[in-house]
Amino acid sequence: MYRKYLLAVTTAVLTATGAAQAQETMKLGMVAELSGPGAPAGTNWRDGIKIAVEEINADGGILQNKVELIEYDTQTDPQVSRALVQKAIDEGAFAILGTIYSGSTMVNMLVAQQNSTPQFVGSEAPSIVEKGNPFVYRTSSGAQKGVPALTAYFTDTLKAKKVGVAWVNNEFGKGGRDVFVEEMKKAGIEVIADVASEQAQTDYAADVSKLKEANPEAVFVYMNQEESARFLIEAKKQALPMPLIGEVTLTEAKVIELAGAAAEGAIAHVGVTATATDVPGIGDFAKKFEETFKRKPTHDAIKGYVGAWTTKYVTELVGEADGEAFAEKMHGLCLKAADYPKILLDTCWDENGEMSRPSFMVQVKDGAPVVIDTVPAN
Amino acid sequence: MSQLLQVLLSGLATGSIYALVAIGFTLVWQAAQTVNFAQGEFVMLPAFFVLVAMGYFGLPFLPALLVGLVLSVLVLGVLFKKLIAEPILPHGGITLIIATMALGIFLKESVKEFYSAEAQPFPSIFPNDPIDIFGAVVSLQDLFNLAISLGVVVVLTLFLNRTRTGRCMQATAQNPAVAEILGVDVKRMILYTFLINAALAALASFLITPVYLAKFSNGETLGLIAFIAAIVGGFNQIRGALVGGLLIGVLDNLTATYVTAQYRAALPLVLLIVIIMLRPQGLMGTSEGRSV
Repeated sequence: MYRKYLLAVTTAVLTATGAAQAQETMKLGMVAELSGPGAPAGTNWRDGIKIAVEEINADGGILQNKVELIEYDTQTDPQVSRALVQKAIDEGAFAILGTIYSGSTMVNMLVAQQNSTPQFVGSEAPSIVEKGNPFVYRTSSGAQKGVPALTAYFTDTLKAKKVGVAWVNNEFGKGGRDVFVEEMKKAGIEVIADVASEQAQTDYAADVSKLKEANPEAVFVYMNQEESARFLIEAKKQALPMPLIGEVTLTEAKVIELAGAAAEGAIAHVGVTATATDVPGIGDFAKKFEETFKRKPTHDAIKGYVGAWTTKYVTELVGEADGEAFAEKMHGLCLKAADYPKILLDTCWDENGEMSRPSFMVQVKDGAPVVIDTVPAN
Repeated sequence: MSQLLQVLLSGLATGSIYALVAIGFTLVWQAAQTVNFAQGEFVMLPAFFVLVAMGYFGLPFLPALLVGLVLSVLVLGVLFKKLIAEPILPHGGITLIIATMALGIFLKESVKEFYSAEAQPFPSIFPNDPIDIFGAVVSLQDLFNLAISLGVVVVLTLFLNRTRTGRCMQATAQNPAVAEILGVDVKRMILYTFLINAALAALASFLITPVYLAKFSNGETLGLIAFIAAIVGGFNQIRGALVGGLLIGVLDNLTATYVTAQYRAALPLVLLIVIIMLRPQGLMGTSEGRSV
């Protein structure tokens, strides 16, 4: 009899403790490209989030709940990413952080939408925020905002009349290429070479040769990281003479590491860069990241970091873990860095989840991206 | 005109490396009457041996290359023969083919697990400086790649045809039983073939990885293209593998430049179908016997 009492009391205490612990933990589902072609972007995204979660927990968590980060590897496969978003939600994730590749996000964001789960993505294809999904939010500007920010560089700085575009034939590349061509048309600049390549392509000899033959005054390069590096290596091999200008990826740390000297001189517009150490918060983040992971952070790391912190800020503004209320709060929201320092720069989200904030022009000099200009928020 | 020359030279440089890998298919086919579907991974792995030697043991690049070559010969030559080919071959060629597929997956996933899923930079043995040849700008690296690959094929052909050991290897490939009766150490000759294959794979790895970047998945495309190159050229002839590799390298670049970039990946497969329909033994292959 006495034994039965002891067992019952022990079970009750353990159950109550477990329940209390469950209530005190808030799960974030990090669904990203940790292997496959998207691994460079995905691993940086994950590591930026890891730093944010550590800081958030040190800061008392979200609504006083400890944050638990659960990682899911999409293998850069859209269908796998869709299944994993569902799995993360089934396992109790309050918000989804990821994916980076637009082709994956296009597929998996419907799952988060159906479950009214907020989703911060690193993808930049314009189409993502054009689907009327109230639960998807960017962590950097989409190509339709980022690429137009480059137009002034082509018209005013380069004074170009004829340009070329080299792009990767996936959702990300097509989106950027279409916006670029449209922008150049508006600016009265002729696109005389339009060169598409495949994802995971290894040989760029023919692509560079076509650009060289067309001889534009500058080339807009819009590819993922490994492809950008291989393109730059081939461009150097064939001594492609014109400036190579990209949006975000072309001057990333990983691309510079892979391309080595071939990346020298490449120019890009970036939504946010770890080299903008003059900005309070970015320098601190870059330092902490480098100390933790022994490498420099990329813009994907900063995007992940901002996504995780925004989840905390907005949840606490709402006052509860409610996906619908979160979505309502996000639309038209502006967070000032003075009040929300971990957002790093003054940032707004519009009615579609598109992000707007100041950005930078950078150029690779002596093996590192250097800020050469600041572009106001558009 | 300069663009055509540019494309031809770039295609030949890439194609010559495909040829090195394709020769490996031919050699293993002759020695073990099987197709090594891990051949692409055999080219992927040596670059990681070098990166480990440099990154974890602090060796300079050239000594690390030497370590990579020795390790490749041991792991992809000796161990592959002793642990996989020899025990499985008595159970039939098909069994060994399936085993090499499994080996390929094992090697790929091991590199991904124990090194990284991300691409890694790999230093070039030769300078990447561009030089002008009649308006076409190619890098010294490409020219050296081409010269080395062609040189290796010539040396290998001379070795097989002009030396006693080479002729013993030929005899083993053509008829192992008769070769043994005539006093040829068949097992040793087969081992030599595997060692040469491993060394060729390492060489191809050192030449192509600076361009492809070191990545666990590099063997997928490379293995497939080289396999097709070996069939197109003629699976039982080294010179066939050379012709097949160069042909695919050049046609790939010509197609991407003048026809379509979108369907360039389909070209080797189209070529394969055409060759199988019109000349099943391959462009340089012979329909009878085997020789290395």
